[in-house]
Amino acid sequence: MSTAIQPGPAINGNGPNSTGAAIAVENIVKRYGTFEAVKGVSFSVAEGEIFGLLGPNGAGKSTLIRMMTTLIPVTSGRALVGGHDVAKDPDDVRRMIGVIPQALTSDQDLTVEENLNIYAKLYSVPRAQRVKNVNAVLEAVDLLKWRDAQTKTLSGGMRRRLEIARGLVHDPRIFFLDEPTTGLDPVSRIAVWEMLNNLKKTRNLTMLLTTHYMEEADRLCDRIAIVDHGNLVALGTPAELKQSVPGSNVVEVQFNREHDLWKARLEAIPNVTEVQAQSGGVYRVLTSNGSQTTTQLVEMAASLGEQLTSLSVQNTSLDDVFVHYTGRQLRDEQVKSVFMMPPRPGAQP
Amino acid sequence: MNRMLAIVEREMRKFFRSPVLMIMSMMLPLVQLIILGNAFGGKIHNARIAVVDYDHGPQAVKVHEAFDSVAANIATFTTVTYDDETTAREDVRTGKVDAAVIIPAQYSRRVYAQDAPAIGLVVDNSDQFMSSSLEAEMQSLIDALNQPVIQDRVVKNIALEIVELYPYVEYMKYLLPGCVALAMYISVMIGGGMLYIDDKARGVHEGYLVTPISKLELVMGLNVAGAIKAVLAGISLTVIGSLIAGLGTIFNPLADIELILLILGTSLAFNGMMFLMMVRVDDPLVPRAMFGVLNTLLYFPSGAVYPIAAFPKWLRAIAVVDPFSYAIHGFKAILLKDGGFAAIQYDLLFLFVFGIGTLLIATTLFKRTL
Repeated sequence: MSTAIQPGPAINGNGPNSTGAAIAVENIVKRYGTFEAVKGVSFSVAEGEIFGLLGPNGAGKSTLIRMMTTLIPVTSGRALVGGHDVAKDPDDVRRMIGVIPQALTSDQDLTVEENLNIYAKLYSVPRAQRVKNVNAVLEAVDLLKWRDAQTKTLSGGMRRRLEIARGLVHDPRIFFLDEPTTGLDPVSRIAVWEMLNNLKKTRNLTMLLTTHYMEEADRLCDRIAIVDHGNLVALGTPAELKQSVPGSNVVEVQFNREHDLWKARLEAIPNVTEVQAQSGGVYRVLTSNGSQTTTQLVEMAASLGEQLTSLSVQNTSLDDVFVHYTGRQLRDEQVKSVFMMPPRPGAQP
Repeated sequence: MNRMLAIVEREMRKFFRSPVLMIMSMMLPLVQLIILGNAFGGKIHNARIAVVDYDHGPQAVKVHEAFDSVAANIATFTTVTYDDETTAREDVRTGKVDAAVIIPAQYSRRVYAQDAPAIGLVVDNSDQFMSSSLEAEMQSLIDALNQPVIQDRVVKNIALEIVELYPYVEYMKYLLPGCVALAMYISVMIGGGMLYIDDKARGVHEGYLVTPISKLELVMGLNVAGAIKAVLAGISLTVIGSLIAGLGTIFNPLADIELILLILGTSLAFNGMMFLMMVRVDDPLVPRAMFGVLNTLLYFPSGAVYPIAAFPKWLRAIAVVDPFSYAIHGFKAILLKDGGFAAIQYDLLFLFVFGIGTLLIATTLFKRTL
């Protein structure tokens, strides 16, 4: 299992000096006392690209985005946003970016339009332009008929759309979104994805978003950087990242009883490239030939007189990419183990 | 400038849409004005005094007559006759009566013989206010009894003639200046301190910090909004409190201008002080915890409820640097005495210098980043 950026086409690490880059980050470090939250990360984002920072909570994604949006000072290294150094020309950077923070921060006592107007004024958007921009962003996020509604009357999804509108009201070139769909139900989440895709098409925005949802990164992003423990461990398009993981299929299998030798036996099956033991006696088997491995796996279990509790075959996902590069699940393992249901008293193991 | 006004607009829209802050900032001072104003500053009425008379002579009768006169007129106390001193003392101790007067045996004879006659007064000095009031009343009675029936041709005692510059100031009126300042303090504490830290914790400031707004514009915007809220609270309480307490100064236009200046200076000073204290605070619990401490530390030593001259030195030192002291001195000078600009010029000077000074320091300490 690798924890370093792999060379080759799958990990296409653009240098920060790439010409025409909307965002260029070079060996950026953020240190709090002796703790290094971001450890020398470099990447660049092209104009019009949607770039995702993927990683679990505490990986350093928000710290990275906060440095790029001038919210926290950079300890060392350099970040250029729209060609301006975040440390040297923070006001120039602020003028060309829109930022959607993780929390919903629009004023609940104000109406949708009032919230947008106040932010437009903070960016010194002239009055006539302000009216035009407010109408345009309300239309873009489908909140035109809610313009006079108090924010506290909106649903979570609508409030998130308002936050996005607020970030766009001054017509920024580069858009930063920190976990834009956290806390939303699946329907609202998909609506936000569609909206962001439309915005990209209609406004030619460069977007950098952080997320810990694999599906979100997969569906939205042109390129993804996987961040873990303050390091950038992989970078590429979703397809490139998936191809970089040995094995094109994942067989997920659970046996009727635990055995120490299962992992070794699974690894011995031809075409199997990697076996990951998960909680609850589940094994994820990465293989270059899913159908053949499935047959051989069933035959192996039968020859040993064992039964399979569950069996599924799927294509490699970003989840597998993440596990491959970081050696762990995206969701916090500790949390997972804490909340694992205890066995029902008297139930068969 | 436009960015600063955007911050002010946001704060004021929130303020007017949710009038809770205004109501909350005026509730405590108004309750204090009405309850404390009526509870304190009154005179003792109908205290019960045990009278033990071991003499029963003509001079003792004069004492009884004097007591009856008090009971029938200003009614500071009424008397209850006791037979022995021990029971009377015990009843003072247990609170059945408020004091006991002992007229000793041979009292009348000693008065006639001019042999240092004395009347005993037993008081419950655990209640200083009651005991000192009764002592003062008894002393004035004794002074009256001491007056000779026929005046000497040459006056031996020097009389003090007191000239009161202003009509009698009831305690409620005395409290009003403190209540106005308190309403402004609460408005600044809630509208400035608590909401500011709450906004920080909710990430609202993060939203400001990613815009091109400058440090000065942001600090000024927040403080101008806080000052407007405090001014509104100050004006409202001055008007309502004056009507409740029966003060007519607010109907004098010149006094109104002076009051407005004082309210402006006070709100600037309070906002500057509050912002300086909160500028590096992130935890929403901090302003809540500080609220009561600051209230006691700044309000009570300011002369709002008790004269500063009666304080020990260390408490007077607090009063010297406490903006409350100058605000209350100024409000008293206008509301109670209509003293004119000359009476408040140093208060105004302190309040404005203090406000601008604290704001400048706070702006320097304000972090433009998280």
